[in-house]
Amino acid sequence: MIEQLSDRVNADAGLVRRGRFLSTTYLLEVGTTPWLISIVDGRVAAVTRGPFVMPSWAFALRAPEDEWAKFWEAHPLPGSHDLMAMIKRRVLKAEGDLQVFMANLRYFKESLAKLRATGASA
Amino acid sequence: MSARFEPITGRYMHLELFGRPHRIYVEEAGQGVPLLCLHTAGSDGRQYRALMNDATITAQHRVIAFDMPWHGKSSPPEGWHDEEYQLTSQQYTTMILAVMKALQLDKPIVMGCSIGGRIVLHLALEHPEEFRAIIGLQAGAHVDPYYDLNFLHRPDVHGGEVCAAIVSGLVGPNAPTKERWETLWHYMQGGPGVFKGDLYFYKLDGDIRDRVAQIDTGRCPLFLLSGEYDYSCTPEETMAVAASVKGSEATIMKGLGHFPMSEDPEAFIGHLRPVLAKIAAANK
Repeated sequence: MIEQLSDRVNADAGLVRRGRFLSTTYLLEVGTTPWLISIVDGRVAAVTRGPFVMPSWAFALRAPEDEWAKFWEAHPLPGSHDLMAMIKRRVLKAEGDLQVFMANLRYFKESLAKLRATGASA
Repeated sequence: MSARFEPITGRYMHLELFGRPHRIYVEEAGQGVPLLCLHTAGSDGRQYRALMNDATITAQHRVIAFDMPWHGKSSPPEGWHDEEYQLTSQQYTTMILAVMKALQLDKPIVMGCSIGGRIVLHLALEHPEEFRAIIGLQAGAHVDPYYDLNFLHRPDVHGGEVCAAIVSGLVGPNAPTKERWETLWHYMQGGPGVFKGDLYFYKLDGDIRDRVAQIDTGRCPLFLLSGEYDYSCTPEETMAVAASVKGSEATIMKGLGHFPMSEDPEAFIGHLRPVLAKIAAANK
């Protein structure tokens, strides 16, 4: 499912345009499975499943599998409907160089919401 | 399409606050019982435009919203360029009472959202006789910081973009697209560090947990309305205030978020009307 991120993000011209100054690699941890997601000029260039031996990433977003599953429901319940809501509940941990994450927060919220059943925006 | 004007009047009021001259932008519409509306942190009085355009409300209420200093069309005071803006409980209370006095409002209903919802709890505690009734929207006694507030004001993060992105999930999922993005646009337009400065009150200075139970609704009725999708002031936090303030009335507004009056005015006004009717009946 996470592999679909590149197709879904790259198909949204508005989202890619908003991310045009963003090039980074971040770690998305879904339970015990790590994924490296590389973004180049707003396009998702690579989605790679771990485990990794020596992964390099700017920042990491880590949450249990069931919490991501709730976030990716078509109509998430309150508290599971937004990355900041999950951070507030202390179930999503954001760590690393968060300047990249915060400077492009709308991009990351909307791109990860692309994995929702409907592909609806955040 | 021919031009159409809304029934809202906007004026600039010159007023001394905290010993310094200020130029405060005030909007109002309607006649009758004054309903003074307080905007959220990092936004401005535009959040209450729908209320001022609702004839069922303005037929019996003079709806007033002012932009706090540093917000909207109210400028910061002279000298601001060398200062760090930080809102305190004392300044916030002083400002509201001064605006009321300047506008000669006789026992208004005061309604505030978020930081406004917090300060009305302070007003309920310290100045209940000044008000006919108090309405707290998204009102909680305290919010723990859940992100590094420094990200709201630093040169390598665009302030407008990050402020809107921080609060975007606070808008309920079913809010109409137009109103959702209008609400977020207000956040995108805030001055550098202003949202952060307001949150000083919200997350640090304005903590009222140890005193909230002392609010006496016999001196001034207290109504609490909170949106279901708010994770800043959660429904549980509003219900905790309701549980500790005897005689208060709380409603959790299904589907709504942190900005009910601007994200989904129609749904919000549906919840507000019965509250205003109750206040009117009690004052007959």
